[in-house]
Amino acid sequence: MAIHLARVSLLAFTLCWSFIAVAQVPVPPLTGRVTDQTATLTAEQKAALEQTLQTFEARKGSQLAVLIVPSSGPETIEQYALRVAELWKLGRTQVDDGAILVVAKNDRALRIEVGYGLEGALTDATSKRIISEIIAPRFKQGDFYGGIIAGVDQIIRAIDGEPLPEPSGNPAGGIADIQQYVPVIFILALVIGGVLRAVLGRFPGALATGGAVAVVAWLLAGAVSIALVAGVIALLFTLLSGGMGGLGGGGYRGGFGRGDFGRGGFSGGGGGFGGGGASGRW
Amino acid sequence: MRKLWVALAGLVTLSLTGCGYNTLQSNDEQIKSSWSEVVNQYQRRADLIPNLVNTVKGFAAQEKEVLLGVTNARAKVGSIQATPELINNPEAFARFQAAQGELSGALSRLLVVSENYPQLKSDANFRDLQAQLEGTENRIAVARNRYIKSVQEYNVTVRSFPSNLTAMVFGYQTKPTFTVENEKEIAKPPKVDFGAAPSKPQDEAQGAAK
Repeated sequence: MAIHLARVSLLAFTLCWSFIAVAQVPVPPLTGRVTDQTATLTAEQKAALEQTLQTFEARKGSQLAVLIVPSSGPETIEQYALRVAELWKLGRTQVDDGAILVVAKNDRALRIEVGYGLEGALTDATSKRIISEIIAPRFKQGDFYGGIIAGVDQIIRAIDGEPLPEPSGNPAGGIADIQQYVPVIFILALVIGGVLRAVLGRFPGALATGGAVAVVAWLLAGAVSIALVAGVIALLFTLLSGGMGGLGGGGYRGGFGRGDFGRGGFSGGGGGFGGGGASGRW
Repeated sequence: MRKLWVALAGLVTLSLTGCGYNTLQSNDEQIKSSWSEVVNQYQRRADLIPNLVNTVKGFAAQEKEVLLGVTNARAKVGSIQATPELINNPEAFARFQAAQGELSGALSRLLVVSENYPQLKSDANFRDLQAQLEGTENRIAVARNRYIKSVQEYNVTVRSFPSNLTAMVFGYQTKPTFTVENEKEIAKPPKVDFGAAPSKPQDEAQGAAK
């Protein structure tokens, strides 16, 4: 009897919750830095925006995202944006340096939701100015892409003024650093690899080249992780090239792609939000 | 004999875990931290007010009554010590809530009045302050919601079996939480009056309704 009662009440409870969930506009799953549910942006515009945001994350470590929905439903844009922020958890844990630009197109409302760690750089007043002076005038003329890209640009500029921890823990940062040494590594791999492969044979030669390049990269950059990546790249390059430069280049690109999206997509780093930011209308 | 004591101690520890003592502790701590966030954000709003009042005074000095109302409400809020003990005392909690509600009302009156002064509205300083005030009201709403949620969790633990027995033994009682301040006002249908001054900003109305 007691079990039956518990089951019934559990069912009732679940039903209640599902009704609440139905009443609200669902938060879309976080699949990329730009989520457009209104088909406002073209594929190229979306890609360009993604690229801007990704480059910024690699450089500064802060996670930014753009969300365009038709409407925030019965909730205000503030309530909806906070729900998005709580689900997506953009920004690094403890640093809380995430920010989201939410646009509810048919409501003609938008909001910049700012994580705890960015509240000093992207203050409410700054966010409000970005909205009312930069984004809203462009939105009024129907130029959504222009408004968003200009707004994002200003947000990035504001965050750049804030000293944040280096993006070290994140694989994208290591990749960005290593890019400076890519030419050196390539010349080394080409020269040493060519000689060693001729002397030692294909696989031992590649192994020795990888080791040599790793040591050089370690001396240059002073970081073990960078040295390891460089060594592996050189190893693969020597192993696969066999006189074909183009193949080596292909291998290196693929490697970078995997490094950047190790978890097979974009996901929030666990940053916290407390309702900071500003909203506006157009 | 010693073994018996060890076994008994183990049993007591286990039963404490099983009957919700630890849940009560963690819920209680959660309430304290969300409460301090609420107080924090209310403090942030109170800190904005002198600056806001001064800016408005520069353009609309004749609105003495409204300005005085805000200043008095802020003084009243400042006189209530928002200590952690306050959340265990329903009367003190109600007083705190009433004082903050009064300040919200005075502030929204100030913003309504400021609509009548185009120069004030276009002043950069005033616009920044207004953005900060809006942001703070939103943060207050968020902090209050989180506080309500943590109190709810705690109250459920205190009232549900078997942790209610533990709560009784250790003297944990349900805690008061925020309620809708203007229940009657919300229930009333809105009056449409085309002759009156512009209505108060939407954000304000929502902030007060939380």
